[in-house]
Amino acid sequence: MNAVTVNWIAIGAVEDIPPRGARCVTTPQGRIGVFRTAEDQVYAIEDHCPHRGGPLSQGIVHGASVTCPLHNWVISLETGEAQGADEGSVKTIPVKVEDGRLFIAIEALATEAV
Amino acid sequence: MTEKLVIIGNGMAPGRMLEHLFEKAPGRYAVTIFNAEPRVNYDRIMLSPVLSGEKSYEEIVIHGDGWYIDNGITLYKGHRIVAIDRAAKTVTSDHGVTESYDKLVIATGSMPFILPVPGHDLPGVLTYRDLDDVQAMLLAAQSRDRAVVIGGGLLGLEAAAGLRERGMEVTVLHLMPTLMERQLDPAAGYLLQRAVEERGIKVITKASTKAIHGDGKVESVELENGTIIPASLVVMAAGIKPNAALAKETGLAVNRGIVVDGGMRTSDPDVFALGECAEVDGRVYGLVAPLYEMARVAAAQLAGEGQASFVHSDTPTKLKVTGIDLFSLGDFADGDDREEIVLRDAASGVYKRVVLKDNRIIGTVLFGETMDGAWFNDLKKKETDISEMRDTLIFGQAFQGGSPMDPMAAVAALPDDAEICGCNGVCKSRITGTITAKGLTSLDDVRAHTKASASCGTCTGLVEQLMALTLGDAYNPAAVQPMCGCTELGHDDVRRLIKAKQLKTIPAVMQELQWKSSCGCAKCRPALNYYLVADWPDEYADDYQSRFINERAHANIQKDGTYSVVPRMWGGVTSSAELRAIADVVDKFAIPTVKVTGGQRIDMLGIKKEDLPAVWSDLGKAGFVSGHAYAKGLRTVKTCVGSDWCRFGTQDSTGLGIRIEKFMWGSWTPAKVKMAVSGCPRNCAEATCKDVGVVCVDSGFEIHFAGAAGLDIKGTEVLGLVKTEGEALEHIVALTQMYREQGRYLERIYKWARRIGYDEIRRQIMDDADKRKAYYDRFVFSQKFAQVDPWSERVSGKDKHEFRPMAAVGFKEAAE
Repeated sequence: MNAVTVNWIAIGAVEDIPPRGARCVTTPQGRIGVFRTAEDQVYAIEDHCPHRGGPLSQGIVHGASVTCPLHNWVISLETGEAQGADEGSVKTIPVKVEDGRLFIAIEALATEAV
Repeated sequence: MTEKLVIIGNGMAPGRMLEHLFEKAPGRYAVTIFNAEPRVNYDRIMLSPVLSGEKSYEEIVIHGDGWYIDNGITLYKGHRIVAIDRAAKTVTSDHGVTESYDKLVIATGSMPFILPVPGHDLPGVLTYRDLDDVQAMLLAAQSRDRAVVIGGGLLGLEAAAGLRERGMEVTVLHLMPTLMERQLDPAAGYLLQRAVEERGIKVITKASTKAIHGDGKVESVELENGTIIPASLVVMAAGIKPNAALAKETGLAVNRGIVVDGGMRTSDPDVFALGECAEVDGRVYGLVAPLYEMARVAAAQLAGEGQASFVHSDTPTKLKVTGIDLFSLGDFADGDDREEIVLRDAASGVYKRVVLKDNRIIGTVLFGETMDGAWFNDLKKKETDISEMRDTLIFGQAFQGGSPMDPMAAVAALPDDAEICGCNGVCKSRITGTITAKGLTSLDDVRAHTKASASCGTCTGLVEQLMALTLGDAYNPAAVQPMCGCTELGHDDVRRLIKAKQLKTIPAVMQELQWKSSCGCAKCRPALNYYLVADWPDEYADDYQSRFINERAHANIQKDGTYSVVPRMWGGVTSSAELRAIADVVDKFAIPTVKVTGGQRIDMLGIKKEDLPAVWSDLGKAGFVSGHAYAKGLRTVKTCVGSDWCRFGTQDSTGLGIRIEKFMWGSWTPAKVKMAVSGCPRNCAEATCKDVGVVCVDSGFEIHFAGAAGLDIKGTEVLGLVKTEGEALEHIVALTQMYREQGRYLERIYKWARRIGYDEIRRQIMDDADKRKAYYDRFVFSQKFAQVDPWSERVSGKDKHEFRPMAAVGFKEAAE
């Protein structure tokens, strides 16, 4: 595991996020939305809709997607791709759950934290 | 060489004739039209929906100005032809324009028959023929006064229904013992009268008008038996007569109408006549189908197809009054050589009668259920021997061949040449063929390409069924528009099933109603959450994750992700202390924009989400609560200063506004609800474009509803007049509760009311005291759980997670 340059950064617990909801994490590179689905899967994506920059973490979470609160684009939490007829995508951020604790990985952060 | 074609009249018949002509012989004629009306060609049979408010003039235009330009037509609007010189082959208009012609078409239509009684020429006596009449009626209807319609035929009843819809007290006078006696037998006439009366229209049959009285304008109508009926508007709809005067002056053969042969030629071979002014084989016509047939024949003749000839056929009659289904066809008089089959279902108000002669249908009357009209029409037209299905004939097509069929199967079973659209003579195969050939998927496309259901619209259902049949799953008829992609069910079905099956959670709804997705989508979840909140106020636990961010954060999200905050200012009244508190909050949180809203309060824009609880805390200390400016719920009650200050004020409009707002705040509704109370009819609070409004008058409070001043603009309907503030509150609350229980999510009051029917709402809220009380009680019960200030809750720590980032990572200071 040590060979991997990515650093996992603790951001809190799964319970901190309501099911079918999201919280955001602020970073120097911008905000990240961390989402929890009805089935307790957790995803992290840029909190910036590809359409007009709406805060995706404020949208309604359904299945593994979120609907942007500004103009109703639907973004896949798994791939970051806009769904349906809309075109665009946001960056997805690796996230893992260990013992109910949440970690995200940001490359830029990795270099800084080492 | 181009020939000159001059047309007198710009109605539906010549319009249709030109369409055919341009198709058959493009470029052959240079066309000039003289229209006595100052406008383009519009759908005259849709005047009734314009009168009732279901359509606008723009929606019924058949040929816009562009069409005339595209086809090189010279259109003289507002020019009446005063002379035809057949020797010189010219026509001259009242504005002095003279045009020469090679071929002339007279399409002057018909004139309303005016009863020659004393007072028939008083101002306030109108006819019902064109858009000017409709506009005059709409103007008169604003008084919401009394109207008398003379004539209980098709036009008269449509006019009466429209005027009633516009808020007038309407009486229909009909000379004969039953309504529409030319198209209906007495039994159906009776049912029709009952249905008309249920809409609040008074009907007097065997009523012979003696005189119209008034000093300078209409004041009343007197009958032969001495009855006096007060009225400020009288509509003459006692029939029409062909407008053949011009033709007669110019020496053409005229009988009842302008006499033409089967090819639409008058006694002068270069002059044609068509439409309501023409008489073929001793018959004149008023329904659109035969007039369109004349148009087809005239176009063919003008294009040089000499064999084209007009053939008479019976046309079914349908009434265009929403909610009254009526169909009549052919001959249904009693006779020794005739048999009849009758079906009556008193409970559902259905009456069907088929008249047979030699085992063939010669007439049909359907009331209350007209689905099988097309089928009976087809059997009659083809003179089908019905002895085989005699026993089940009256039950309709669905019952033939043993087991009942669903409506789709019934349409599928229609033969290819069955007529679907009577107005435009479009048969089934023409529609299905065009859908396939052109790849049409929407009703509008089908209308554009085939004209089916493009005139009176009564066959829209059939056309939609044909589309469903042809396109299969690719077509979703609008009538059963599903809530969203997660279900096949529409909003109404979902609401009904939530109550019927006692479904009290979103997962229960999704499970029991077989949702196709695991946890819904951003369309259905907020709707379901609302329905459950509204239906089970004490039991349902509000699902915040199914609310839009505005209702979750109790503020309005802005385009940059910041929020705006609007505290409640009851009735739009504020104080120095409140304003000072707002000023302090603005300074403390460096709020960039402060704006006065249209609802008489103050909006603070550009607040960071993290700051919201602290902003609310400070506002709360000054006594402010949430203004719900973000909610599908009660927003504002706008008021004027009323009798407290205004020299015109009749009541305490400010006080009533505050009372309503304090009573109703916090309630969730299908869509936002904005109210207003004006202290006098000058209406400074603009109550007549609100969801619910009150206009105070000396005698009490006039309650209004179903206005709109957003995407659509619509004046309110009057619910009724009540005497006291307490009654006003009770009626408004009951109305709102009715809407809360029946509205579709995101459907504003004016759309809901149009769907339910203004009269039905008046009946339940104004006339039925028990119903009103029950609605009122249910609202009050629901308020026990709803009137909690969401801001103070959040200041006390509720939903903390909503307003704070989960973590801040990667920042220098955070890392160390």
